[in-house]
Amino acid sequence: MSFPYWPSLLGGMLIGLSAAMLLLLNGRIAGISGIVGRLAHGAQVPTNAAFVIGLALGPMLYLALFAHWPVVTITVSTPIIVIAGLLVGFGSRMGAGCTSGHGVLGLARLSRRSIVAVASFLTTAVVTVTLMRVVGL
Amino acid sequence: MTNRIAQIAVALSSGAVFGFGLSLSGMLNPARVQGFLDVFGVWDPSLAFVLGGAVAVAMIGVALMRRMARPMLDKSFHLPSATKVDSRLVIGSAIFGVGWGMAGFCPGPALSALSLGLMPVVVFVISMVVGMLVHDRLIRGRSA
Repeated sequence: MSFPYWPSLLGGMLIGLSAAMLLLLNGRIAGISGIVGRLAHGAQVPTNAAFVIGLALGPMLYLALFAHWPVVTITVSTPIIVIAGLLVGFGSRMGAGCTSGHGVLGLARLSRRSIVAVASFLTTAVVTVTLMRVVGL
Repeated sequence: MTNRIAQIAVALSSGAVFGFGLSLSGMLNPARVQGFLDVFGVWDPSLAFVLGGAVAVAMIGVALMRRMARPMLDKSFHLPSATKVDSRLVIGSAIFGVGWGMAGFCPGPALSALSLGLMPVVVFVISMVVGMLVHDRLIRGRSA
């Protein structure tokens, strides 16, 4: 009875815990694109900067606990990375959220807007990955 | 004033728990994310467990929130006010999805992975912030 998805399930639950903490204590939605967007405009800098610093501390805690960095494998070329980053930034602002705000909290709140957003980005992401594999990018 | 410092401490800890959760879940790795999105290839279902676990725990938070008059460290909850499903939501999310699929990175894992000091991650984060600013410049005065 081996279930290889325990780390994914536990990690996901910690993400949910983080979102619940921020919501119940600070009254804020843990939506990363919103947090970065506000930070880029100089809004609520201390708390938003603290959250982003915390995000980057996460892998260091992982390193301290498991004595190795989490695996990060990037196979795509730099031009693709640049285009992808621009699209992610632009799209998350236009759609008012990303995988965290719409994906985690929006679904947890059963927000109609978030359910539509998740369906939309999952569809285009699946199509994109499939096309890239077919084309060989 | 004490609330302000407490809020910063909460934001820092919440970010750290989020970043650790991403690291543990394997979702810091774009290859794993793309493996989930590649439903017609060799499918890796991990992300479904990550999202399922996250939404389940967040739902408990939302249920508790609905019993509270206000958050513990602020006067009111700051929740999105928009309720209408419009073309901006659908098209914006669709654009986001294309970028997410291309690189396998979304904002959370990309920022979190910055601490590994890999150049492509830095390039992705800079491009992402530029994309955000371009959007907000072009569509000034509309709700962001």
